[in-house]
Amino acid sequence: MGHHSNWPEWVYVGVVIALMVWVGSEAWNAERLVEHIPADAEVIKVTGQQWFWTFEHEDGTKEIGELHVKVGHAYKFEITSKDVIHSFNIHDYVVLLDAVPGRINTVWFAPKEVGEHAIQCREYCGLIHYNMRGTLFIEEDKSS
Amino acid sequence: MVLELQKPRPIWQIMFSTHHTDVGLLYLITSLSFLFLGGALALAIRAELFYPGTQIIADSMTFNRIFTVHGTTLIFLFILPFASAVGNYFVPIMVRYKDMAYPKLNAIAFWMIPPAGALIWLGFADFTWYATPPYSIISAPGPAADMWIFGLKILGISSVLGAINFIVTILKCKHPDMSIGQVPLLAWSFLTSSLIILVAIPTFAAALLMLLTDRLGVSGFFNPAMGGDPIAYAHLFWFTFHPEVYVLVIPAIGMMYEIIPRFSRKPIYSHSSGIFAFVLLSMVSFSSWAHHMYATGMSFTEKTVFMIGTLAAVPASAMHVFNFIATMWNGRIKFATPMMWAVGGIALFFSAGAGGVVNAAMPLDFQTHDSYWVVGHFHLFVMGTIAFGSIGFLYYMFPYVTGRMYNEKMGQAHFIMSFIGAVLVFFTQHLLGLYGMPRRVYDYPPIPEWITMNQIASVGAMIIGVSMFIFLINMIYSSAKGKLADTDDPFGLGGKYYYPFEAKNPHH
Ligand code: HEM
Ligand SMILES: [Cu+2]
Ligand SMILES: [Cu+2]
Repeated sequence: MGHHSNWPEWVYVGVVIALMVWVGSEAWNAERLVEHIPADAEVIKVTGQQWFWTFEHEDGTKEIGELHVKVGHAYKFEITSKDVIHSFNIHDYVVLLDAVPGRINTVWFAPKEVGEHAIQCREYCGLIHYNMRGTLFIEEDKSS
Repeated sequence: MVLELQKPRPIWQIMFSTHHTDVGLLYLITSLSFLFLGGALALAIRAELFYPGTQIIADSMTFNRIFTVHGTTLIFLFILPFASAVGNYFVPIMVRYKDMAYPKLNAIAFWMIPPAGALIWLGFADFTWYATPPYSIISAPGPAADMWIFGLKILGISSVLGAINFIVTILKCKHPDMSIGQVPLLAWSFLTSSLIILVAIPTFAAALLMLLTDRLGVSGFFNPAMGGDPIAYAHLFWFTFHPEVYVLVIPAIGMMYEIIPRFSRKPIYSHSSGIFAFVLLSMVSFSSWAHHMYATGMSFTEKTVFMIGTLAAVPASAMHVFNFIATMWNGRIKFATPMMWAVGGIALFFSAGAGGVVNAAMPLDFQTHDSYWVVGHFHLFVMGTIAFGSIGFLYYMFPYVTGRMYNEKMGQAHFIMSFIGAVLVFFTQHLLGLYGMPRRVYDYPPIPEWITMNQIASVGAMIIGVSMFIFLINMIYSSAKGKLADTDDPFGLGGKYYYPFEAKNPHH
């Protein structure tokens, strides 16, 4: 023990550190860009409760379990919960944020194509957690 | 070599003994019992998820209770007691002392485990292994939840008592001729993991009490309806349990440090870098807890800090992998059962760490968090690394404990099946997560990819199940009827050189 030179290990550790620095800075940069919310994003209030999602648009219309949005717009979700912690998730658009009672968490997204996507709850919230699902409908913007 | 063999004695003599190998045996039997109990629950979960709709578990409440008790059991009642078993057998001998520093305390720490296990199993709570408020306060049915809280409380105390004992035994009772740098790496692993326990556990111990009084309605620490904050609980919980994952993994790495050089018939590549990596890991393990909480709504700055803290732990883990490979390099390797488990465990340790780096990178975690990816990630550690290292070590110590040899063919079959099974279950679970399947779900929509991957995972689990049955038979049969082992060199490695802790316990 200790009688041989240890340079291979130090080279190896150096490579691992360099890799981690690279991963870390890429991640930092990507997250910084992703989190920049466009100023014109429309607010959608998202409320989780055992075991369904409610959505309230800026104009006051409410939807339960279904969310209708338009291509070409940016949306900012303001997420909260009425009871326990849930996690609001549109996996296809990598939208994921906890719905925490007493807090409002924000995340944004901009739908790109017309289509339907699953909305689900990703944080354990009890009996029907497995089926706390909804549907996101992305529609064409007819007004413009 | 190390363990004095003892004549068969009536079980009550062992139960009332405070001798370290007796307490070690009690820990061993307890932990293996819980391995099989917890494993049975895993098979039930995988059977239920084999196909959408109800398979074998009638309702989601039962399912939720099953995965909660599964996780709690395998972490607290299998992995931790198994490590204590190994520590009890080996640490006193490795530091050349007659027993643990405080033999009575040692026995007490053990005897807290069966009642805690009974509380957890009789209660059968449903609020997951992290008992997140406010669900655990306002929604989780009692008394199961309260029994779980008391069970964990007791286990925490037992852990702290055990840790004090290991620390004192190693630092204060080691033979005066031995410097701390000469203490074998397995003993070092207990020293460092015990230090983590002392610093980490009190935080969760406090959180548990607060949770209990919240449940009783006399406080509202974590209950938003009473002005509290559930995210505070998450911080307290993970401040304990991120370091705790290193408490689980470090002894398993220590066990690999015993196996790898023996079966490579070479000394360890670098004893001092092993020590260095243990000490470093135990310190940086405290800098990353909130990487479990990126999605709770932390600010960009907070997330960045915890990402850096997490990535900082990676080089230390990677040093162990290097040390293992460099030790095997040019060695005359003998692939007997213990070596297979250790090498397989190192391979899975590496894959698990790579997945962990993905979790740590903030934007990627929003893909993986609370999906089946995370389930795959930590099972590659708890099963792929820790259980593999532990089981390999069990085969390794078997001849020294029982004086008999296990059946080598069955041991190898056990390994091969478990390895294939682990790859099928846990790698597939990573993919399932990328396809968006949330964790902790009783049922799922019939999405074709999800069905296929769930079926692959379930088949993998069944293969592990069968291999564990082979293991059980091998252990029971061989400990009574196996052929007598040559305790000087049970694995035919040739020469005592490979057993450096030759010195019989001087006090016997
Ligand atoms: C290279 C080292 C490691 C890194 C970078 C790492 C990283 C992470 C990250 C970022 C998460 C959070 C994932 C999420 O929930 O979104 C996580 C979860 C987890 N990790 Fe690791 N980890 C490492 C080592 C370990 C070890 C050694 C263990 C266990 C012995 C472990 C056990 C766990 C567990 C149990 C969870 C999930 C807990 C839960 O949500 O139930 N990890 N890991
Ligand atoms: Cu949920
Ligand atoms: Cu962690």
